[in-house]
Amino acid sequence: MATDYRPMWKELGLNLENHDKLMEVLGKVYGDIFVSQKNRPQKTDYLDFVMSEVHGLRIKELVDAKKQGRKVVGTYCTFVPEEIILAADAIMVGLCAGADFATEQVDRILPKNLCALIKSTFGFKLGGVCPYLEASDLVVGENTCDGKKKAYEVFKNLVKDLYVMDLPQTKSPQAKELLKSEYVKFISRIEKLTGNKITPEKLRKGIEIVNAKRKAVYRLSETRKNNPVPISGLDSLLVNQIFFYEDPVRFTQQINSLCDELENRVSSGTGSFPENAPRILVSGCPMAVPNWKVPAIVETSGAVIVAEESCVGERGTRNLVEGGSSMDALIDALVDRYLQIDCAIYSPNPDRLSHIREMYKKYKADGVILYGIQFCTPYAVEAMGIEKELENSGIPAIRIETDYSQEDVGQLKTRIQAFIERLTK
Amino acid sequence: MTISAGIDIGSSTIKFVVLENGGIKRWEVVPSASQPRISVNALLNTLEPDVALVATGYGRELLKSNASIPIISEIKAHASGARFLFPACRSIIDIGGQDVKVIALDSAGKVARFEMNDRCAAGTGRFLEVMADKLDYSLEMFSSAALKGKDGIKISSICTVFAESEIIGLLNSGSSSDDISRALHWSVVNRIHTMFSRIGAIGPTVITGGGAKNIALAHLFREILKSDVFTSEYSQIAGSIGCALAARR
Repeated sequence: MATDYRPMWKELGLNLENHDKLMEVLGKVYGDIFVSQKNRPQKTDYLDFVMSEVHGLRIKELVDAKKQGRKVVGTYCTFVPEEIILAADAIMVGLCAGADFATEQVDRILPKNLCALIKSTFGFKLGGVCPYLEASDLVVGENTCDGKKKAYEVFKNLVKDLYVMDLPQTKSPQAKELLKSEYVKFISRIEKLTGNKITPEKLRKGIEIVNAKRKAVYRLSETRKNNPVPISGLDSLLVNQIFFYEDPVRFTQQINSLCDELENRVSSGTGSFPENAPRILVSGCPMAVPNWKVPAIVETSGAVIVAEESCVGERGTRNLVEGGSSMDALIDALVDRYLQIDCAIYSPNPDRLSHIREMYKKYKADGVILYGIQFCTPYAVEAMGIEKELENSGIPAIRIETDYSQEDVGQLKTRIQAFIERLTK
Repeated sequence: MTISAGIDIGSSTIKFVVLENGGIKRWEVVPSASQPRISVNALLNTLEPDVALVATGYGRELLKSNASIPIISEIKAHASGARFLFPACRSIIDIGGQDVKVIALDSAGKVARFEMNDRCAAGTGRFLEVMADKLDYSLEMFSSAALKGKDGIKISSICTVFAESEIIGLLNSGSSSDDISRALHWSVVNRIHTMFSRIGAIGPTVITGGGAKNIALAHLFREILKSDVFTSEYSQIAGSIGCALAARR
């Protein structure tokens, strides 16, 4: 059945031997974690298909589009506006950063105490296993945390074209100015890359497409408020993960049709988990494909994840881009929307705690897991204060700090199971 | 007559207990070794077929294929086991082979908060074993040496590997093994004390797990916590007792 993508991978410059290894592991892990789930909605077959073709059909689409003169822009962060990329008829893809790869090579150029997400970015490049990265005509980095900022200085030498976007670290009026000037610069960079002029009409169209994609995800989140929950946290996370690299229009259509099924499940009281299963809100660092470690432990321990306060989740998709008709007003609308993202690189960042409280209520969660990737200073520092605030107001919370390795799975299971026991008594 | 059993399949040892009419009928501690499944089966074979059993510990997954055996977390198991041994206790320090847990209980004895080391061996039974070995002590000798030693040396490293090199340095500069032993015990106690205060735990405290056999630890905990710290001859099997209690329900 399978199409032979090897010639395409080879042409992209992938290391086929490494890539085979990665695909083998990925396929097995996906089977163990996703396919084995009970009572999945039927329409999750879309997710299975997307994942089975994650380095196949989707890459072929990108390669075909490139042949027709379209450009592919690879990104690593929710602050990079897809609207602008679409407005120039280019394609945005989120790049791989969710698994350890080529760790020995990575350790030669990066310090040991750096977060797994950044190391993974390098590992996928050095191992030659990310077709999205290799298919990208432009890679966009961004000055978020110290680790990423400095790592891009090194990464620049590894990829053919890296553009680094500066980001403000506060939400002051000056910050708004900075972000606006960065978005204006980004527009010219994308225009230069594609040779297409971004007009207000085109930008509005881009905004429309991305807003529709966000709305589909809101609709899915809405169904997760119900008891029993019609879809697992793992499948919902996966929806949020493929949000970054699937064709946006197809994604919107498919997720809406998944939502049709979920809404039916809600009316008939069909759940992916038993009624009254303990409900968890996960909050913290982003989980990139295939980082499913903690959610898999939670959901095989009898609890269900009902929402993600994460860049790969509600923090990343919250708020639409609204208003504006002139170019300037549209850019302002973009800035207004993106500057509301309550990433931990902002100081201070009080909105994040309010959002956690709000989501805890909205999704009727029983407890909060504060998820951190080891050595991620911004989220680690916030987690300690947030844990205290939540516990003081009677919301059970636990801090989990981990990386992409499997060595601490035993300890994590014990801690997560005990946390769930705390919620069920 | 109510009879129930609990098994705690830990990283170093397997603890097994049978409770009858609210008392301990029999118990056993065997090494986990390299074939824990065989040891577990041998213990379980001594049970009458209809006795309710609950399992915990790292090896609990070994029993997962046997769906009829319910599983609880070690936190819950140690909490109710400790409460069985000392009904008034409000906190538990469980020092196991590969991890250490601090559990705060509410006044009704339910788990309120807990804290646990993550991936590293600092503060665990293994840390103490490695350090005793470095000083050529048995675990018993190591603990009595710590009681004899004087305060003063500070081991700054909490990592097992780095602490080992720190010891070498101290030995070479002429520090006594007793004083070093005491410093090592303090490093464990201080680390656990930080976890203890972080979750707002209060006394009376019960030490469970293999670490309860170490008299110096209990002594130093009393000194730093300034409240009652209890150990029992059954401390090591507290987790399995908690399982047997859960099996009764």
